[in-house]
Amino acid sequence: MDIKNNISFEAIAAALDERHTPEVRRKLWKSRVSIAGLGGIGSNAAVMLARAGVGNLHLVDFDVVDITNLNRQAYSACHIGMKKTDAIKEIIAEINPYINIKTEDIYINERNASIVFRDTKILCEAFDAAENKAMLINSVLGELEGVKIVSGSGMAGCFDSNLIKTKKVTGSLYVCGDGVNGIESGNQLMAPRVGICAGHQANMIIRLLLGDE
Amino acid sequence: MIKINGKEAINAQGQTLAEYLKSEGFDTERIAVECDGNIIPKKDYINKIILDGEIIEIVSFVGGG
Repeated sequence: MDIKNNISFEAIAAALDERHTPEVRRKLWKSRVSIAGLGGIGSNAAVMLARAGVGNLHLVDFDVVDITNLNRQAYSACHIGMKKTDAIKEIIAEINPYINIKTEDIYINERNASIVFRDTKILCEAFDAAENKAMLINSVLGELEGVKIVSGSGMAGCFDSNLIKTKKVTGSLYVCGDGVNGIESGNQLMAPRVGICAGHQANMIIRLLLGDE
Repeated sequence: MIKINGKEAINAQGQTLAEYLKSEGFDTERIAVECDGNIIPKKDYINKIILDGEIIEIVSFVGGG
């Protein structure tokens, strides 16, 4: 029996069977999800997908954890100064040490996006700037076949939680958020609405993985 | 009939996508445009003529994540 952090794989599998049913646990364990950006959306979505038992995570970010990230991102004070890719690996290992994590410490642009995500079927867009969100979607959906992207747009401020929705744009693009409240209008990002949006994105991804949509 | 973001847009017929986006005030750096299920590459905005029967979605992104 392989034991990490004193929890065996069999014990985690049994716990997930109890909570999610064996069928769901097996499906999610075989699944692979890529996350572009490990900030407020990406770090929280990664933790949710890890808790759900998604077995293979491909996590991409170029940045380092900063004290200003602690207001909404999954990191703790002990991670300040670490690469986000290394910090998120540590966090996920504490939740489920058997998840296969591939990290890439790289800045995504229109030249490398379709290379970095060439093996991706489900991609969580979790960038900060609107231009980068648009760039990722245009590059990946324009150049790669069979990818589904779940994106986030409009989660700033402390406006009504219920404005945040999941919208299916096409079979390959879903956009979560309120669509209007961005950082450009001077709104700040706070944990609750960023967390709500991350939850929408993670849930849409689980629905896609389970074939519910 | 042409539908853009769920609404009839008869005036768009025959315009290029670039012309339509400009006239409607879209920032092309912050959008993705989908026509009948496919993403239209940015470089094609100037050549793509909006045709009768097409269903177009223009997704505008705002920042934050």
